[in-house]
Amino acid sequence: MSFLDISGVSKSFGGNTVVRGFDLAVRRGEFISFLGPSGCGKTTMLRMVAGFEQPSAGRIVIDGEDVTHRPPNARRIGMVFQAYALFPNMSVGDNVAFGLKVAGRPAAERAKRVDEMLGLIKLAHLKDRYPYQLSGGQQQRVALARALAPSPRVLLLDEPLSALDAKIRVSLRTEIRALQRELGITTIFVTHDQEEALSISDRIVVMSEGRIEQCGTPHEIYNRPRTRFVAGFVGTLSLVEAEAEGAGSTVTVAGQPVTLAEPVAGSGRRPVTLAFRPEALKLDAGEGRINAIRGTVEAAEFLGSVVRLRVATPGGTLLADVFNSPAAPPPAPGETVVLHFAPGDVFALDGEGAAPAQAIAAE
Amino acid sequence: MSGARLGPWIVVGLAALYFVLPLIATFEFSLSMLRGTWSFEAYRVVFADPAFRQTFGFSVLAALATIVLGALLVVPTAYWVRLRFPRLRALIEFVTLLPLVIPAIVLVFGYLRLYNSSSWLPFTGSAWGTNLLLVFGYVVLSLPYMYRAVDTGMGAIDIRTLTEAAESLGAKRRTILFQVILPNVRAAVLSGAFLSFAIVIGDFVIASLLNRPAFGPYLALIGQNRAYEPAALAVVAFAATWGCMGLLQLLGGRAPGSAAAPLRVRRKAIP
Amino acid sequence: MSTASPAAGLAAIQPAAPRRRLPLAWIGLVPFFLFALLFLIGPTAHLVVGAFQTPEGGFTLDNIRGLFTPQIMAAYWISIRVSAASALLGAVIGFFLAYAIVHGKLPPWLRPAVTTFSGVASNFAGIPLAFAFIATLGRVGLVTVFLNETFGVSIYRMGFNLLSFWGLTITYLYFQIPLMVLIIAPALDGLKTEWREASAILGASSWQYWRMIALPVLAPSLLGCFLLLFANAFGAVATAFALTGSTLNIVPILLYSQIRGDVLYNPQLGFALAFGMIVITGLSNLFYLWLRARAERWQR
Repeated sequence: MSFLDISGVSKSFGGNTVVRGFDLAVRRGEFISFLGPSGCGKTTMLRMVAGFEQPSAGRIVIDGEDVTHRPPNARRIGMVFQAYALFPNMSVGDNVAFGLKVAGRPAAERAKRVDEMLGLIKLAHLKDRYPYQLSGGQQQRVALARALAPSPRVLLLDEPLSALDAKIRVSLRTEIRALQRELGITTIFVTHDQEEALSISDRIVVMSEGRIEQCGTPHEIYNRPRTRFVAGFVGTLSLVEAEAEGAGSTVTVAGQPVTLAEPVAGSGRRPVTLAFRPEALKLDAGEGRINAIRGTVEAAEFLGSVVRLRVATPGGTLLADVFNSPAAPPPAPGETVVLHFAPGDVFALDGEGAAPAQAIAAE
Repeated sequence: MSGARLGPWIVVGLAALYFVLPLIATFEFSLSMLRGTWSFEAYRVVFADPAFRQTFGFSVLAALATIVLGALLVVPTAYWVRLRFPRLRALIEFVTLLPLVIPAIVLVFGYLRLYNSSSWLPFTGSAWGTNLLLVFGYVVLSLPYMYRAVDTGMGAIDIRTLTEAAESLGAKRRTILFQVILPNVRAAVLSGAFLSFAIVIGDFVIASLLNRPAFGPYLALIGQNRAYEPAALAVVAFAATWGCMGLLQLLGGRAPGSAAAPLRVRRKAIP
Repeated sequence: MSTASPAAGLAAIQPAAPRRRLPLAWIGLVPFFLFALLFLIGPTAHLVVGAFQTPEGGFTLDNIRGLFTPQIMAAYWISIRVSAASALLGAVIGFFLAYAIVHGKLPPWLRPAVTTFSGVASNFAGIPLAFAFIATLGRVGLVTVFLNETFGVSIYRMGFNLLSFWGLTITYLYFQIPLMVLIIAPALDGLKTEWREASAILGASSWQYWRMIALPVLAPSLLGCFLLLFANAFGAVATAFALTGSTLNIVPILLYSQIRGDVLYNPQLGFALAFGMIVITGLSNLFYLWLRARAERWQR
């Protein structure tokens, strides 16, 4: 039994359809991310759940109640906006109390709840400050407390971290997740940042051009992308052109045989595209890494804990992340290296191959 | 449908009615000088009046002088304050807003007392001095609009970086001001200029009290003695205000410099 | 000027160089302050001082005391009433008009059209405006005649008169409303859509949003605009002069007549009259600044 049910929702503005046939069942207490590039319809879908937009078709049901045509102020939903949207004329305490105040709760109850919420986000000492006196991170935590104070049924987060500094972004997302777990509140989080979505979610809905491309756990999305779009959008991927012949799970890359975990679909002599995650390619054999591709190092990018190698192979350029080791310097450009990988570390993509360079760029 | 709601349309419609009706009424009235028929007789009479041409010409000249003088005063000051004295901005802004607080009639009363022919600076002692004083008064009246427009325009471009870039290319201060900064705030200067123009053409009190043959006092005179000509003059004044705006925008779009100026600086920098 | 480039080059190398140039930088501000002193502050100060002086230059309060005659007090009172009424109506109507074009979801071409028209109309004050309203609401004005012939309603028989308090107020609105639209539109732009959405999702009604968020946020701007409109109407001479000649007894016209022909038979009384005008417009602005400072605590 799902708690939030979105079924068959579409939305068009004029002749422009931005969300089409959206189906999603969210369990109580689940943390779901809508992930996709800008313009993919993720924010529009979120705003339809909030009630700011009306679906052109379909239904939205929360806890058994059809809210599709209810105004936002009757939905009992909490929302955090990208640009904080704190009320500038109210102190932090008044902002947090706002939802309870318009609901007509008594002052004593409001005060107690405000203290409770500010304690939860560890900003109790800022209760009498005004929004302009707070940092971006503090403002967004207050916005979170304000959204949660009236005990909403669902929490919506519309890119809440994208206006913040990199460091605060990471710490605040951990905080949001911890708070969400503690309160057990059903949450939808919209983001275009795949790392954010992967780190925080129970499930991720990857969207493109108004459609759901794939819905699954971060582990599934990252390791078993179902479409070329998901594979390219989530994580870094490099592509190599290979050739398959007959049935079986062996293909050749410029004459070198490569064994895959599963047989390649189709029959006869045909081209296939192989996709690699950078961390799957190693410089040493072992642990079942029975495949090898030879190539020349074009560049070595030092990223700290890993070194990202750009290796030119006859089938295309591959990215490989090798661990940094204080004892051995990374391979220099021009060096010939052999990249080893296990059959389970590579997957064949069907359909016409995109240019490899394009996929590499999609980080 | 998420189209427009009814309320805003009603508001805009009523406002349009209030604002358009007097224009229609004035136009209609100006056409009815000859009994029983519509004609441009009132306009013919007005345009044939040499006093009209003289006073209107006088006011246009005064307006142009005001714009040039105002721009020369405001642009370098706004630039210099933003570049070197950011802390004085509030004070300068306060001074430039004073003309909104001090009525023009008070200002000109002060001029008459301070600069009369027997004073230490006898502006009103000669016709030219009085004309100069008149233009200075107009510059004061247009100061709030001019300064605000220019200062906002400078806020929109990063004048510090522009200045440093020009300096690094070897441009001198005057070159920077006139060939880098001015072209970039041209739109702002023009919007200030348009308002200045409207203020000068519409002025009555300063010109009247300084006894200058400007358009405003002429209008007042005609208004007291004639019936249909004032309506024709009101239409002319309104059309002139619109026409000036169109002209300024046209000139602004074609004025040389905005794209070429940086090139010119570079050419000077490289011998 | 020829030394500018080497100096700039030097500044890039030695941090001390800009400090050496600074003492001369203030020269750039001399023209502006000199101009302001000569043609803005000086003349005003001269009148303020003159209001407290006898013709011989001694200190006196007689001029100020001289203002408290029924005629002058009545002039101030009607001036304040016309200014306040036209400012209040102008602010309210202008606010609704600005709100309609900023947040009313009207076609996008309407906003620049209204703004441009407002730019022209807010400056269409003075004598032509008076002519326009005589042609509209005068005894033989278009609207007057239309109402009489079509509906049999004679507004003049009902007590309306263009040369009266209400006539002047309606005329002043022609430049007050556009001025309000021009100066309040940026403040309305600052009203973020997210505030409305955030309040809605927290359960607030539209009325609660206006009462608890939008109006408190806009209050300083609204009040500031009202006071600006007030000062704008208070100093206006030309429209009233062309409309009523010198029959309507308002302060600017009284001062105008005094400057022209000493109608009060006391030259020093003119100073006091002008001083009174400055005090009223000045006070309204001080009041605005004080309110804004109070509201500043939550403004950026």
